[in-house]
Parts: sequence; C-alpha cells; structure tokens
Amino acid sequence: MTDILIKNLPILVVLCPLMMSLIVVLIPNIFLSWLLTFASTFVAFIFSILLYQEVQIHSTISYALGNWAPPLGIEYVIDKVSIIPIIIITLIGFLTTIFSSKMMPDEINETSISKVYSLWLLAIAGLIGLVTTGDAFNLFVFLEISSLASVALVAMGAQKDKQALVAAYNYLIIGAVGATLYVIGVGLLYGITGTLNMADLSERVVDLKNNKALIAGFGFMIVGIMVKAAVFPMHIWLPRAYAYAPSAVSVLLAATATKASLYILARILFSVFDIADDLIINTLSYVILPLSIIAMFAGTIMAIYEKDIKRLLAHSSVAQIGYITLAFAIGTKASVAAGFIHMFNHALIKGALFMAITSISFYIQKRVTLSNLSGLGRAMPITFFCFVICSLSLAGLPLTSGFISKLYLIKASISADGLWIAILILFSSALSVIYLWKMIEALWLQKPKKEIIIKENPTIYTSLLIITFLNIYFGLDASFVVDSSIEAAEKLVGVSK
Amino acid sequence: MNENPILRVSTKILFAPIILFGLYVQFHGDFGPGGGFQAGVIVASAFILYSIVFGVNEGKKLFPSNINLFLLALGGLLYGGVGIASMLLGEEFLSYNILGSSPQSGQHIGILLIEFGVGLTVSNVMIALFNAFVSFKSGKNK
Repeated sequence: MTDILIKNLPILVVLCPLMMSLIVVLIPNIFLSWLLTFASTFVAFIFSILLYQEVQIHSTISYALGNWAPPLGIEYVIDKVSIIPIIIITLIGFLTTIFSSKMMPDEINETSISKVYSLWLLAIAGLIGLVTTGDAFNLFVFLEISSLASVALVAMGAQKDKQALVAAYNYLIIGAVGATLYVIGVGLLYGITGTLNMADLSERVVDLKNNKALIAGFGFMIVGIMVKAAVFPMHIWLPRAYAYAPSAVSVLLAATATKASLYILARILFSVFDIADDLIINTLSYVILPLSIIAMFAGTIMAIYEKDIKRLLAHSSVAQIGYITLAFAIGTKASVAAGFIHMFNHALIKGALFMAITSISFYIQKRVTLSNLSGLGRAMPITFFCFVICSLSLAGLPLTSGFISKLYLIKASISADGLWIAILILFSSALSVIYLWKMIEALWLQKPKKEIIIKENPTIYTSLLIITFLNIYFGLDASFVVDSSIEAAEKLVGVSK
Repeated sequence: MNENPILRVSTKILFAPIILFGLYVQFHGDFGPGGGFQAGVIVASAFILYSIVFGVNEGKKLFPSNINLFLLALGGLLYGGVGIASMLLGEEFLSYNILGSSPQSGQHIGILLIEFGVGLTVSNVMIALFNAFVSFKSGKNK
C-alpha cells in the first residue's frame, strides 16, 4: 500500500483536492463541507512533505500519466524546483482553510458555502497541477482550472459588496486574454517542434535559433504568463480582485495564485529555453528588468496613496512581484535563488498581512480603511502583534524572513555588477516603510473614536499565529528555504553561472 | 409557446430519439467519431428542448436541480475513480491496461467508463448552465 502511495505521489497531490471538490459540492452541511476541505488540504500538505523527502533522494521524479511514455504522453515532473511552489501552495491552502472556517459563514450565505468550498479546492488543485505538470498544454488546462475557479471565488464577494462583480469580470477577461496568448505561443512552438513536453521542447528549440515562429511563440507564452503573474503593466486585474474577494479568498489568492505563475515564468525562461541564448538574455535585460524596476516603485507609490487597506496590500503585492521578477531578470544562479527565496517568504508575509486585515474587518464588520483603523490595535492585541511582525518582515528588518530575501537579493545584484539595482531595491524598501507605518500608526497611536471591546476568536488567530511564527522562524533559521532555493536555481540556470 | 400543439407533440416525439442518438454517439465513440463531449451535449439538448417548449418549471420537474448537481459531480468522480482504481491495482493513474484481462480489453473498459463520466458531466453542465441563465432574474435596474 505504501509503495503505491509513494509511487503515485505526484498525481495524488493534485488528485486529492480535485476529487474532493466534486464530493464537497454535494454536501449541504456547512461544517461537514469545511471538514472535508480541511482534511483534503491537510492530506495534500502531507503529500507535499512526502514528495519533498522523495525529491531529496531521487532529485527528479517523473510520472507518466496512464503509463504513456513521456514525450508522447502527459508527464508530471517533481524536481527540486517545482517542490518549492508545491510546498507553498499546500501549506498556505491548509492554513487558510483553517482561517476560513469562521470567515466563510460570515460573508457567504448558507446555501452557497459548499459550492464555494468546492471552488476553493478546485483553485488549489489547479495551482498544484500548474506546477507539477511537465507538459505545456496540460499546464494551460490547469491554468484555466485555477483561474476560472478563482474568478468565481472573487465574484462570491458580491454578497457583501457589488464591486466584486466588476473585479471578477475584469479578472475573467484579462485572465482569459493571458491564457489565450499563452496557448497561441504553445501552438506556435508545437507547430515548429512537434512536441508539447517541456523537457523534449527544451532539446528541440536548440536547433531552431533565430526561427521567427520560435521567437513569436516564446513572446506569446511569456506575455501570457506575465498577465497571470501580474507583472507590472499587466497587473490591473490584481488590486480589485484581491480587494473585493471574500476575506479567506483574498488570503489564498494573494499568497499563492501569482506564485504559481511566477514559477511557470522561471520554468519557461530558464528550463524550456536556455539562459545562454541571446533571445533570453535580451528578454531579461530589456523587458523583464525594466518592468520589474518600474513595478517596484509603481506598486509602492500606489500603495502609499491608497486608503483602502486591502487594496493597499494588493498594490504592495505588485511591488513584491517586481522584486521576484527582478531577481529572475538578473539571471545569475544567486539571483534566481533569491527570487525563489522571496517567492516563499512573500507568500508567508502577504498571507499573514491579508489574514490580519481581513480578521480586523471581520471583528468590526466593515471594510477596513485607514480612517477606521484608528485605535483598533489596542482592542485586538494578538492580531495587531502579528500584523506588526509581518509588516517588519515585509519591510525587511533583521530577524524576519523578509530580511533574508532582501539580503540575498541585494547580495546577488551586487555580485552581478548591479550596484545601482541594489540601491534601487533598498530605496523602494525604504518607501514601503511609509505605508506600513501609516497603518501601524493608525492602529496603535491614534485614539479610537469610540470605545470598542473586541473578543478575539481563537479559530481566526490560530493560523495567523502559525504563519507569523513561520515568518520569524525562517528569519532566524533560513537554511531550509535558502538551501532548497539554491538547489532550484542550480537546476534552472546551471551550476557555473 | 406551450400553447402550440405542433411544438408540444413534436417535442414529445423527438425527446426519446434525441437521447437515443446521444447514446449512440456516446458508445460509438470507441470506433468512430463521437465520445463523451458530443454525446453529452446531444443528450442535454433533449432536456433543454423540453424546457424551452414546456417552460423552465416543467423542465425542472422532469429533471430536478439536485439530481442534476449530483450527476454532474458523479461524472467527474467516475473519471477519477477509474484512475484511482488503476492506481490501486498497481499501475499509474488512468493506466487502463490493468483493468481488463488483456491490455486490449482493459483499454476498452477504461475508455468506455471515462467517456461515460465525461458524457454525464458535460450533459449535466449544459443543463445546469441553461437553467442558471433562464432562472436569472433581472429586476433591479436602478
């Protein structure tokens, strides 16, 4: 039995939430549907831990679906690169499911809760599938599964605020354009290489240097994925979608959705294509690098002027995605590793910040804006404490996980002769302190308008505390994240670079 | 529309042949053009025709929403179930060879069940989509 389990782990980690979503949709009881969701996300998390151990032994696990040998059949690949986003998604999925138990009944009416949990599992399954698959077309299928499920989840926010419908519609249209561009790219590459398997594709594109169709296909794929990953000019769907989604959904999407797409971006740039190729070097230094730098500043400045806190955090996400793509754009081993480190840490930081803010809005039963935050910090010490820790982590103060990612990012950019990039990174982190301080000041230093007594709910703050603890833990002992990221970078860009 | 005798009678006459044709496309999918997706849409069109002619409420009486939802999920579960069965028998996910006494018969059983699951889900998704659109109440045009 155990060897069946171990052998089929790559598919089971996707299948567990996917199949459960079909069962959950039939269950009318709120608690039962939550329990099943909880159980399957927990099991998926256990599977991802088992996969991590397997990857340490075998380094690359290839799984042929239906026993059709890889270049022809669909292949699932788990290696030292893809295991990082898998762990992020399953961990955050599990923690936010705990968090959602109190949030969902508050915002969504009883009859649709089981359907929301079904979509929830479908979104998680889609994201896990996105990173496990080694097939370019299968990737498109999972991209659609995850984004259609998340669009529907965002739209569920309409029961509280009708703006959610506009947000979901934007997300749907822009997301669909992104997916279409990606699949056009895949079509072009399939036309000239005759394969959809990524490993096979990477061998065949070597002979096709300067082929116009190859360049066009590459461009379509990259732009499509950049839309999904919300890289700067294609980020417009993101702030609204995160701001008006139901609370738990915001947390899940903010922490995981763009991470999976960023991983795909890295995979296409470095694994399908070769980093030494002119096409990639030019794309990195003339497209992705400038866009990332603009994103860092544009996101931060928009966040500074924003009054609505959920939107503020969403704008800040745009800036943080900028850091990650910047790390990829520098294109050395150290910088790609820094990108993966920040991918992991940012999932923890943003997940925690969104959890803190949405639990505040749960307690006060209002949208959280800068003006109605005043004095709330004293009324809810635990939430406030977690919020401060994670804000410091976002700003990159020592002893927090955010510091580790900034440290490696700056070290990598200096060693790649990019001192000016390092200075820009420091400058934009300094700017981010402005909006973080605005929130903390409102929460703690301002006098409350009227006395409010709030009893904090343990089911809500448990997962917040866990994720905050992880933020500190990975700040003190970052060896797990750093080592696996460096191994991932070695696999992607080669040992020598 | 439900006053028109020609429509009412021809719908009742056509209802069964449409489903029969759907089943033909479904099970002929192994040997020729067809399969779960096409068959699902054809079967759903019988129910949709019934709802158009006799009204949504009659259509829902014929095919209640909760059964619709149940069958919708069941199709997907059947698909996954075949995959899980082949895993439990010691092969990869959706490896049909193991399901029968010989690889050929295994492939046959596997694809038949999978396509049946697809057909079930597709037809029920079509009906659910139709019902969702026709039951939509637009009123509050403020």
